[in-house]
Amino acid sequence: MRYLPKSDAERAAMLREIGASSIDDLFTAIPEEYRLTRDLKVPRQMGESEIIDHFKAAAARNANGYASFLGAGAYRHYRPVVIDALVQRGEFLTSYTPYQAEITQGTLQAIFEFQTMICELTGMDIANASMYDGSTGAAEAVMMAVRVTGRDNVLVARTVHPEYREVMHTYAQHQGHDASEVAYGQDGRVDLAALERAVTEETACVLVQSPNFFGVIEDIPAIAEIAHKKGALLIVSIAEAVSLGIVRPPVEADIVSMEAQSFGVALSYGGPYCGVLAAKEKYLRQMPGRLVGETKDTEGRRGFVLTLSTREQHIRREKATSNICTNQALVALMTTIFLTVYGKQGMRELALQNLAKATYAADTLGVQGKLLFTQTPRFHEFVLQTDEDPEQLNARLLEKKIIGGLDLRKWYPELGNATLWCATELTTKDQVDAAADVLAESPVTAEAR
Amino acid sequence: MSYPEKYKYTREHEWVEVAGNVGTVGITDYAQNSLGDIVFVDAPKVGTKVEKGAVFGSVESVKAVSDLYSPVTGTVTEVNEELASSPEKINTDAHGAWIIKVELSDAGEVGALLSAADYEKFIAEETGK
Amino acid sequence: MAATNGFTGTTRKVTAHLTQNEGLSFEKSSPSKKGYKLAPLDVPEVDPAALLGEAHRSRNAELPELSEIEIIRHFTRLSTWNYAIDLGMYPLGSCTMKYNPRVNEFVSRLEGIAEAHPYQPESLSQGALEIVKLLQDCLIEITGMDAITLQPAAGAHGEFTGILLARAYHQSKGNPRKTVIIPDSAHGTNPATAASCGYQVVNLKSNAQGGVDVSALARMVNEDTAAMMLTNPSTIGVFENEIHKIADVLHDKGALLYMDGANMNALVGKTRPGDFGVDVMHLNLHKTFSTPHGGGGPGSGPVACKKILEPFLPTPVVAQGADGLLHWNYDRPQSVGRVRMLYGNFGMFVRALAYTLANGPDGLRQTTEDAVLNANYIRKKLEDVYDLPYNTPSMHEVVFSDRRQTKNGVKTGDIAKRLIDYGFHPYTTSFPLIVPGALMIEPTESESREELDLFVDAMRQIAREVEENPEVVITAPHSTRISRLDETTAARKPVLRWKGPPEDAVEVDTPAKEW
Repeated sequence: MRYLPKSDAERAAMLREIGASSIDDLFTAIPEEYRLTRDLKVPRQMGESEIIDHFKAAAARNANGYASFLGAGAYRHYRPVVIDALVQRGEFLTSYTPYQAEITQGTLQAIFEFQTMICELTGMDIANASMYDGSTGAAEAVMMAVRVTGRDNVLVARTVHPEYREVMHTYAQHQGHDASEVAYGQDGRVDLAALERAVTEETACVLVQSPNFFGVIEDIPAIAEIAHKKGALLIVSIAEAVSLGIVRPPVEADIVSMEAQSFGVALSYGGPYCGVLAAKEKYLRQMPGRLVGETKDTEGRRGFVLTLSTREQHIRREKATSNICTNQALVALMTTIFLTVYGKQGMRELALQNLAKATYAADTLGVQGKLLFTQTPRFHEFVLQTDEDPEQLNARLLEKKIIGGLDLRKWYPELGNATLWCATELTTKDQVDAAADVLAESPVTAEAR
Repeated sequence: MSYPEKYKYTREHEWVEVAGNVGTVGITDYAQNSLGDIVFVDAPKVGTKVEKGAVFGSVESVKAVSDLYSPVTGTVTEVNEELASSPEKINTDAHGAWIIKVELSDAGEVGALLSAADYEKFIAEETGK
Repeated sequence: MAATNGFTGTTRKVTAHLTQNEGLSFEKSSPSKKGYKLAPLDVPEVDPAALLGEAHRSRNAELPELSEIEIIRHFTRLSTWNYAIDLGMYPLGSCTMKYNPRVNEFVSRLEGIAEAHPYQPESLSQGALEIVKLLQDCLIEITGMDAITLQPAAGAHGEFTGILLARAYHQSKGNPRKTVIIPDSAHGTNPATAASCGYQVVNLKSNAQGGVDVSALARMVNEDTAAMMLTNPSTIGVFENEIHKIADVLHDKGALLYMDGANMNALVGKTRPGDFGVDVMHLNLHKTFSTPHGGGGPGSGPVACKKILEPFLPTPVVAQGADGLLHWNYDRPQSVGRVRMLYGNFGMFVRALAYTLANGPDGLRQTTEDAVLNANYIRKKLEDVYDLPYNTPSMHEVVFSDRRQTKNGVKTGDIAKRLIDYGFHPYTTSFPLIVPGALMIEPTESESREELDLFVDAMRQIAREVEENPEVVITAPHSTRISRLDETTAARKPVLRWKGPPEDAVEVDTPAKEW
């Protein structure tokens, strides 16, 4: 077995030194009736080339060579090759949580840089990469707001990603603070009048997503004012991190929960992704997860160390701010490298390209259907209503090797035949034009003529 | 270490000094020594009601957190603001660095607490084992 | 090495070597340096201020501006400051720091896998669904359970899911119950999890052997008990050989047995938790199944359960349709809901499955045997110099205490720091809490005899240093770029981000050059 660095002779010698006659002597603590006397029924041991063939065959049974207009919380962006070249270095890949700071300064400094860049992008004072993803991050942000305010009413906009809302519900139901939803208006944004009516002195927080699930940018200053008037916190959830290159950061928020997958993390059929939590300084001690701080060693040299860990589960146990242990170090490192590659100017240029591609796509596809929420600023996603039902439309698009917008009927049936489309810097004009051609051939519209 | 005679003590290592209707509360030298370098004190706000035996805040060191149990029942009238910027004062002078002052609802309550001598005996037993 | 009097050991595994210095990326940033080049736009340009109005960002985030070579050097230099499994043994107890196979990395990056969008049509995701199904089937077989969810993102997340399942089960019987029993030897995530599910934690004191006191447990369990959370082997590396009694005591009162699967590396292929009475458990793919730790994550924490809990599994579950294709089934009325968006850390499923296929049944069993052999070898070679608080047999990890060393003023943390000078990462210090001054050592199966002997040699030399030259241990490490860091100031006055260039820095405002 090539992962096991021992010869049979060495095993025998070691057993003799221990004073055991066979390896079974070391398993006698397991009661006899529970000892497995047969092989596990798993596939037989494979050679390396066989393993690769197995996964290549699996990969071939997934979409290959399709144009895709899918977004909805997971975004297709270009991943600079230096990312994998660096994160696959053994010192990053096979290192552990930096509890022993003297021999993990590489990890610690990279996290410190990450924390800085997230603060710069989001307008917050403190940040960490300890949430599993945007959905659990939102749930943790809500719990944090409940702790800080001591209140238990939570308001969540219906324009927040539906799966995020499901997750928040799962977390909240046993902690006495389940959420009420706030409707959206004709402009695709949270209905401010409805929000104003819903916020009370018992409201712990208002949670919105921006750009929201429809791609529309929320009016953060107005929402903040409504929330803060009654002493509630504002949590802004960001599903598309690249938007921060060109969209104004939510500086009025108290807590920002962000999914950083767009910053160089592969789509990988849904995970691992990178949940980020950022907040204003006054909430520091209520923030779950790991933080890296700058300090000095005994010789006065600058170094970095995990700090404020007393809030964590390994010390506080049942009084911990969260049960979270593992963080997202390696994917956070990918995002750190991504942000360093693009840098101050590049993030704007990248976001601008996304905006341009999406504008072209919306203008072009909009001719073949009805674009919703056109009066409101949006980033790179938009909702298109069509006469043709989305299932049929998408089937026709697939024939031309195009994966069309996400069918919204499951979550927003009131929008009728609506699909959510996304265009990024990787979307080409030809792909958009090809999709438009398919839409133009709609049998429904043809009948109607 | 000698423990001030005029204070009363709890088994959770808090001390209280009573003057008239006001109780001043802190943690003992034994407590600060066990905790190590103190980095943060989580104290309640003025006006908070505290109850004897119940948690009213916590003290954090780099490696541990300790809940603070109130030795008395009453209302918080003052909080030691110095500890917000200099929590280490508890390490250097635990019996002087008070955390809260409480308007007592029952000054007689402290009678049941440990005297300095009893507290010293208690710690000796704890460390002896 | 520091010059002190008395015996100072000879390191065999390491020797001094130059490492590069490196500041923060921000400190080498300079306006108009670029590390990227985007393809030109093939669509019309847009005016962001006009399109976004008040939502337009007026000032760019102060991110660094560096060229590609500077970026490569920056992160490469940082990486050389880390210890890693690739460099040598990482004896952290209960972390299972085993070899992270490279074929895992290769297959997870295959285009059809890495670029699969989670919402792409199921007809175009059969490969992904097959990977999920095959891994599920393998893990069910390995654990001896009936059903499984791969949705939780890490061990703690899995614990949360598992206790939610228990709660849903009890709720379906009319009474969610009130308490969860947890041994005092448990990992901190256990009580934190129970509390987050609305349960009160009842602590069970370990017996004199560091295991579960079954009669104490029997007195404690009642109709209010929802579950017990048990780690087996325990956090001191000992198998609970009364496990069947523990399960019976709980089941008698209608309570469930939850097993923390962190220590599965001692059990795979030799026994199955489902066989010895466990109702629900989580696995750590980043421990037992070789997915990389990556500096602290990501992980993956599947939860396996008996069929009584199957209806409550998180939504969606994989199902085979009448068309023979695999689908996600969302029609699960009794489900506890979602514990995260999408399906789980799929990239970790790929790696864990590759590991399972590389091993096969014989490899998996041999792996467990080697892990247990290695831990016992270390125990035998060190038990005369370090105190063994419990003399019950160890499985895949061994726990010593620093009792013999504290009389010289040396604690487990000091010994751990000195171990760094000998070229190893420290073992786990001060956990489990039931062992004062613990040294928790888990070598895993990935260590050769040579590496184990070097570790034993280092630990024995340090033990001698403690007797004859304790100063050198107390002030360790001596050979690292950075010596012990001031954690107190870091916590009192937290500095959690870089604050900006010094006041007199020159600002340049030219746009990035187009090369």
